[in-house]
Amino acid sequence: MPKIHFTAHDGTEQTVEAKAGMSLMEAAVQNSVVGIDADCGGSCACATCHVYIDPAFLPLTGTPDDMETSMLEFAEDVKETSRLSCQIIVSDVLEGMLVNTPESQ
Amino acid sequence: MIIGAGQAGVQTAASLRLGGFKGNITILGDEPVLPYQRPPLSKAYLKGEMDGERLYLKPAEWYVAQNVNVQTGKRVTSVHPEKNIAITADGEKLNFDYLVFATGSRNRPLPIKGAGLQNVFGLRTLRNVDQLRPHVGTDKNLVIIGAGYIGLETAAVARALGAKVTVLELADRVLERVTSPIISTFYDGLHRSHGVDIKTSTNTAKINGKNGVVDSLTLSSGLTLPCDALLVGIGIVPNIELAADAGIACDDGILVDERSRTNIAHVFAAGDCAKRTILPYGHIGRLESVHNAIEQGKQVAAAILGKPLPKLDCPWFWSDQYDVKLQIAGVSTGYEEQIVRGSIKDNKFAVFYFKDKKLIAADAINSAPEFMIAKRLILDGTEIPPQLLGNNQCSLKEIVAHY
Repeated sequence: MPKIHFTAHDGTEQTVEAKAGMSLMEAAVQNSVVGIDADCGGSCACATCHVYIDPAFLPLTGTPDDMETSMLEFAEDVKETSRLSCQIIVSDVLEGMLVNTPESQ
Repeated sequence: MIIGAGQAGVQTAASLRLGGFKGNITILGDEPVLPYQRPPLSKAYLKGEMDGERLYLKPAEWYVAQNVNVQTGKRVTSVHPEKNIAITADGEKLNFDYLVFATGSRNRPLPIKGAGLQNVFGLRTLRNVDQLRPHVGTDKNLVIIGAGYIGLETAAVARALGAKVTVLELADRVLERVTSPIISTFYDGLHRSHGVDIKTSTNTAKINGKNGVVDSLTLSSGLTLPCDALLVGIGIVPNIELAADAGIACDDGILVDERSRTNIAHVFAAGDCAKRTILPYGHIGRLESVHNAIEQGKQVAAAILGKPLPKLDCPWFWSDQYDVKLQIAGVSTGYEEQIVRGSIKDNKFAVFYFKDKKLIAADAINSAPEFMIAKRLILDGTEIPPQLLGNNQCSLKEIVAHY
């Protein structure tokens, strides 16, 4: 179970053990990570699970599909490292990944 | 004490703990399982594409780690805010300092004889879906009464599973209560193209049963439809009786202020059962959505903790049917003007709704950027010319640069 480190915009740090195969969003919600509400439960409909991924890990998280890209196009506080965490599947290669949540969440 | 183990109840508990609440938290739920997400019930879960395990809002360990006492199968029968006690169906007397009604809603019953027969279903609980699923397989005749989101989402899944589906709707178009004729026409066509038989302006006159089981329906037109299973999706009724009986002000919803507080200072309500001022419009209403449950759960926690209110978001909803994603920003009730952006025939368009020159809502079909922008413009109360949003030659980036 890879450990993922989350930091909220207010500085709250949380480390969660995420099960491989679940989404990064699910791992966050199940552990009440601050700043990840995931209103739509992972159907890529709300962008309330928007996160910034550590650049070193970004390529390991896969490539966003069209739906995710279009959701992120007009989400708030989008950066180059932005992803929707519901679209990232956790695997062992993500061990130690740093994730930040945007101020707007 | 939180009565109701749905999205609003769990959010209240989670936000209280995140905010540093040190007291005891008890969630009382009348269903036999841990709190779960409802939206997938009529989508991926019914289709068999999502494990029951993944429906849970939090894993069992979370409640232990957070010291949240979640009690399943527990029904509260009366509440006495003046004495700070609640009584359960098994006669237990439970004390509270703060009480949260997160009692949700229930399926509106079909007012026809025969609605209680074995193969008549609603779709709101995990149990409902587990009971319905065996009846929506290949070549089964599924009849759905009510062409709202629940009825139509179920129709889409049942078609994918091979059932023969007929949808009956009293109004003259599908989704009549919740959206514009443009969107209704789109979904009517979408379902028909997938082989769903939709009968609008149609009343069910009679449910015909044998040995406690429905086998056909007689419609107001005189037509008889074969029926292996009947799904009733004609809306919900908020669960307010417990609160009303306790003297809490209700009017088709438990009335709450901007902190989700009822007329009794230490009693709150959140989610489907609560009625509040809906921003940015200012009218009073109930919102039946996940977003609303989460937002109000956070408001309750903030009120109890004496913290500033969380930022409000524009009300929003979504629906998945076949390969079409509908995202709804705002509430379009009372719109005066509308404009379409995109291409209806390509299943990729948005309808924007205006009132008093302001954008008040948008229905976005496979159009996430339009949805995202609409949410912001609606929340800001933006006055924007409809023709501009309807101009496909003008990119959204250009438009938002000026608003």
